[in-house]
Amino acid sequence: MLRNLTESKGVFVCGEVRRGKIHSVTMELIGKARELADKKNTDVTCILFCGDLAEVPEILFSYGAERILLIKHEKLTYFNQEITAKLLSFIIKKYKPEIVLAPATSEGRTYLPAVAAMVHTGLTADCTGLDIDPENGLLLQTRPAIGGNVMATIKTPEYVPQMATVRPKTFRIPSPSEFCGEVIIPEIPDNIFESRIKVMEMEYNSANATNIQDKDIVISGGKGLKKQENFSLIYELAELLGGGIGASRPTVEAKWISYPHQVGLSGKVVSPKFYLAAGISGAVQHLAGMQTANKIVAVNKDPDAPIFKVADVALCGEIIDIIPRLIARIRKEMN
Amino acid sequence: MKIAVLVKQVPDSDEIRMDPEKGTMIREGTGNIVNPLDLNALEAGFVLRGKYGGEVYVISMGPPQADIALREALALGADHACLVSDKFFAGADSWATSLVLAKTIEKLGPFDLILAGEKATDGETGQVGPEVAAMLDIPFSTYVSSIELCDGGIEVRRTIEEGYQTQYMALPCLITVLNDINEPGMPTLSLKKKARRAEIKIFNSEELGVSKEEAGLAGSPTRVVKIYHPKISRQTSFYSGREIDEGLEHVVEILRDLAVL
Ligand SMILES: Cc1cc2nc3c(=O)[nH]c(=O)nc-3n(C[C@H](O)[C@H](O)[C@H](O)COP(=O)(O)OP(=O)(O)OC[C@H]3O[C@@H](n4cnc5c(N)ncnc54)[C@H](O)[C@@H]3O)c2cc1C
Ligand SMILES: Nc1ncnc2c1ncn2[C@@H]1O[C@H](COP(=O)(O)O)[C@@H](O)[C@H]1O
Repeated sequence: MLRNLTESKGVFVCGEVRRGKIHSVTMELIGKARELADKKNTDVTCILFCGDLAEVPEILFSYGAERILLIKHEKLTYFNQEITAKLLSFIIKKYKPEIVLAPATSEGRTYLPAVAAMVHTGLTADCTGLDIDPENGLLLQTRPAIGGNVMATIKTPEYVPQMATVRPKTFRIPSPSEFCGEVIIPEIPDNIFESRIKVMEMEYNSANATNIQDKDIVISGGKGLKKQENFSLIYELAELLGGGIGASRPTVEAKWISYPHQVGLSGKVVSPKFYLAAGISGAVQHLAGMQTANKIVAVNKDPDAPIFKVADVALCGEIIDIIPRLIARIRKEMN
Repeated sequence: MKIAVLVKQVPDSDEIRMDPEKGTMIREGTGNIVNPLDLNALEAGFVLRGKYGGEVYVISMGPPQADIALREALALGADHACLVSDKFFAGADSWATSLVLAKTIEKLGPFDLILAGEKATDGETGQVGPEVAAMLDIPFSTYVSSIELCDGGIEVRRTIEEGYQTQYMALPCLITVLNDINEPGMPTLSLKKKARRAEIKIFNSEELGVSKEEAGLAGSPTRVVKIYHPKISRQTSFYSGREIDEGLEHVVEILRDLAVL
C-alpha cells in the first residue's frame, strides 16, 4: 500500500506458536519491537495465530507488547501458508500497522512473502539488525547478503507496512517487566479459513534431533573426518555438551549425515554460543552459515585452513587425536 | 503436464574470494552459474515430465547474458526457454521480480505447475516463489523435498525445523524445492548442440504489459541504502603439536565462561 494514501501506525509482531507453545523468537521480536516503538512513540501489538495455546498469552505483555491479537482456530493447528497469509493480510488491512516483524523461520519465510505480494509492499528477508532512522522515522533493516560477506541496509520508503523477517537468536529476550495490556480476539470472516491446501501429516523429529538453529552449541564435522564412522566422535562430543550436530556440504552429499544438519549458504545459518568445526576447511559458503557464532573452535590439520581465520581457538592437528582428548578433558571437568 | 521452472543466473560463489586484509569479497572475474537449487527445480520438472508427459518451460528474468543460463537448462533437457529482459527491469527487488515473472507465466501459460528454487545464492531472500504464487493467486508450498502426483493434485513433503510436513494441493500450484529432492542430471552432447542453436524467446516490458513504473528499481518497494563489509575480528589463539593440551584448556575455559560446564 502506498504510504501517502494510508494512515499507518504501530509495530506489529507475528508471534510463532509451535505445538501449542509460544516459540522464544516471539519474545525476541517483541523486545526489539518495543525498542523501535519507543523511538517512534508508538505501541507494540503481537499477533498470535494458533490452533490451541497451552500458555496464557498475557505473559507476552511483560516483554513489551501492549496488545495481543489472538486468533485461535482448529485450521491453524498445523501450518497452512495460504490461510496464514490471508489472515495477516486481513489484519494489515484492518489495523494498518506501520511496521510488521516476523520470524525468519520456515513459517515466516513462507507466508510473509505472499503477504507482501497481497498487500503490495516490500519485505526484507533474514534481518540481523533493525533500527529507526532518526531523520525520517523509517525502519532501517540490515541483513547479510552474498553469504554474509556483505551487509546491506534496506529501507521501504514509500510503502506500508515496512516488513521484515528476522533471524531467530538475533535479538536478546528482554528481562520481563510489569504486566499490562489487552488481549483482543478479532472477528475473522469465515472464508479466510478456506484453503486450497490440505495439511496431511506431520512427522516430528525426535527430541535430540531438534533443529540445530535452536541449539546454543553446535558441533560440526567435515570431510576431514575421512569416513562416516568417525562422525561418532562428533556425536559423542555433541551429546556430552547437549549440543546439536552440524555438517559441511560434502559430508551431506556423501550421505554421512542428513541434509537438515548442513550448515552454510545452501544449508542452515546457525548462530550458537559455541561452534566447533572439526575437519572443515572453511570455504566461504560454510563460513556464511556459522561465522556469527559467539565462540568458534576449529580443529584442522592444515595450519592455513581458512576456518582458523574466524576461530577463537585453532587446534591444529589430527582430529582422531584431538577430539577424544577434548572429550576426556571435558569429562574430567564435569566430574 | 505443462511445467514452468524459474531459473536465476547468479555469480559463481565457488569463485568468490575474500580479501584477507580488508575482509572484503573480490568479485572481479567471477563467472556466472545457474542458481544451484534451480537445477533441482529443473530436475523435478524433468522427473514429472518423464512420468506424466508434457513440456518443461524455463523462464528467467535477467540481463541478455542470462541467455547462457537458459541454454544450460535447454542442454539439460528443457523444451522451451524464455528470457525476460529489459533495461527497466534492472535493480528489481523481490516484489518487482515477482511481478515480471508472474506476468510472463500468464503470457506463456496456463501452466499446471511452477517450480522454483527455495532461495538463490546471491540475494538469498527465498521470497520470489511465494510472491509469484500470491500474484497469480494459486496455492504454493515451500521447502519441498519430495513431490508426488495423486488424485489430480500434488502431494509434497516439506522439510521444516521440527521435522516434516506433508501437504496436498490442487493444480495449478507453485512449489519451491530444496536440494535433497533429487540429483540434477548432466547435459548430453546432442542436447548441448541443440541448445547452442536453439531460439530463445525474449520479452521486454512492453510485450509483457508491465509499465516502467512497476518494474525494476522504480517498481521496487525496498531500497538498499547502504552496503558494507562486516569485519568479524577475532583474536585467534593458535595451538599445535605440544601446545594442544594448552588449547584444550582454553576450550574448557570458554565452555566454563559460557556456563556450559
Ligand atoms: C553455491 C554453493 C553453495 C554451497 N553451500 C554450502 C553450504 O551451505 N554449506 C557447506 O558446508 N558448504 C557449501 N558449499 C561447499 C563449500 O564450497 C565447500 O566445498 C565445503 O564447505 C567444504 O567441505 P569440508 O570443509 O568438509 O571439506 P574439505 O574442503 O575437503 O576440507 C576438509 C578439511 O579437513 C582438514 N583435514 C583433513 N583430514 C584431517 C584430519 N585427519 N585431522 C584434522 N583435519 C583434517 C583438511 O585440512 C581440510 O581443511 C557450497 C558450494 C557452492 C558452490
Ligand atoms: N530473476 C529471476 N528469474 C527467474 N527466476 C528467479 C529470478 N529471481 C528469483 N527466481 C526464482 O526464485 C527462487 C528464489 O529466489 P530468491 O527469492 O531471489 O532467493 C530462485 O531459486 C528462482 O527459482
